[in-house]
Amino acid sequence: MADTGLANTRSANSGPTYSGPVNSGPANAERAQARSARDQLFDVRLVVNGIVHTVIVPARRLLSDCLRHDLRLTGTHVGCEHGVCGACTVLVDGVATRSCLMLTVSADNAEITTVEGLTEPDGTLSPVQQAFTDCHGLQCGFCTPGFLTTITAALAENPEPSHDEAREIIGGNLCRCTGYQNIVKAVLRAAELKRRRSS
Amino acid sequence: MKPSSFGYSRPESVAEAVQVLASIGPDGKVLAGGQSLVPLLNMRLAAPTHLVDINRLSELAFISVADGQVTVGATARHADVLRDPVAATAQPLLRKALTLVAHPVIRNRGTTVGSIVHADPSGEMTAVLALLGGSVRLASTSGQRCVPAEEFFLGPLESDVRPDELATEASFPVLPPSAGCAFAEVSRRQGDYAICGVAALIELDTEGIVTRARAAYLSVSGTPLVLDLTAACGDVGGDLIEADFAEAGRLAMSQVRPTDDIHATASYRRHLVGVLTERALHEAHQQARERAGG
Repeated sequence: MADTGLANTRSANSGPTYSGPVNSGPANAERAQARSARDQLFDVRLVVNGIVHTVIVPARRLLSDCLRHDLRLTGTHVGCEHGVCGACTVLVDGVATRSCLMLTVSADNAEITTVEGLTEPDGTLSPVQQAFTDCHGLQCGFCTPGFLTTITAALAENPEPSHDEAREIIGGNLCRCTGYQNIVKAVLRAAELKRRRSS
Repeated sequence: MKPSSFGYSRPESVAEAVQVLASIGPDGKVLAGGQSLVPLLNMRLAAPTHLVDINRLSELAFISVADGQVTVGATARHADVLRDPVAATAQPLLRKALTLVAHPVIRNRGTTVGSIVHADPSGEMTAVLALLGGSVRLASTSGQRCVPAEEFFLGPLESDVRPDELATEASFPVLPPSAGCAFAEVSRRQGDYAICGVAALIELDTEGIVTRARAAYLSVSGTPLVLDLTAACGDVGGDLIEADFAEAGRLAMSQVRPTDDIHATASYRRHLVGVLTERALHEAHQQARERAGG
């Protein structure tokens, strides 16, 4: 999967790359860099996939970059960085949200679910993840994290979507491989699996 | 594709927010849902020196219906307004337009007041506010003022909000009993910016005769364009089958001055104005008749 590439290249162009330890505060290098850019730093508490993290970030740190660089949770993918592609979608307090359009500071004290947090504690794939494998809903996989989170939130709200509603659910996510037909099938299959597991 | 540096405040009350705005000067900016502002920051098309994050102002997260107005607070999300059953009954145009605002995930975070203040010429909610003759309430350290829609939109992406002001709420008049409304737009894909969009409002008298027909247009002018099409609806009688809004469509086409861009030519946009005007007026008329009990 294309975990490296775009996001890292871009952050190298516009600022530091973050080599601090996982699940802890910032590296000294980051502090120095931030000071030199006269960026004020903020303590931000995030509960990501049930684990409490405290990060110290400048106000301009996007939530997508905080997840990937500060917390090393690279399952959240960064495609367009202006809210069009949907690859960076995460759940913020249960609500599907573009993490590239949210500042980390704005998410202070929020509960965030990324694609890493969708799997059951015993490692079983979630209904949406299982449906994607069943229906061949992915090819290169770059867009998949955003689809999985978006569909997970949508099914919590509407457990029995129609075919048209399934299309509407994924309308804000771009996929350049599949042609979407199998993703629409996966939405309906996920709803079916979810009902079966809860009964 | 990363924002440049900015200062950041996250006030807990409107009083605190307007004090911060007064202290930071003209290069400050209010951050609400951020679904328009953050892309501009990421692309560095905007580089404010200070952001005032109003997302913790829970006092503005309301949607209320009172005194003939649906009032939406500045931190109410599009999705909240869309789901609100009381607001949808009082002014059905809100829900009709909101389903066309971007995608569900964007509506989860984006705010209705924020998109009105953003004043995008392609914005659905700006057209709704203009058509209904709504208003926006602004607060600053020197008090409050209420700006009617016809004075609020100054130009593309420019609204009458001074640097030290916070837009706290937008009010939309409720739909009168014998009136109907509709929203029609054409975009390349569902959720994209509309190539052309029309919001329509029709009022009927007790005989079922059209007494008022207005339409507001997006993506064909710099600010929401509102046209009074009543004169072209004079022949529309009480019989729905004979209702014909072709004349109104032609009148609207003669009144708009769209321009070419990469998405569509001016002549195609004008064509859409005619087609969508007819379509929206038809649907609005149908709803007006149903509501009037006819």
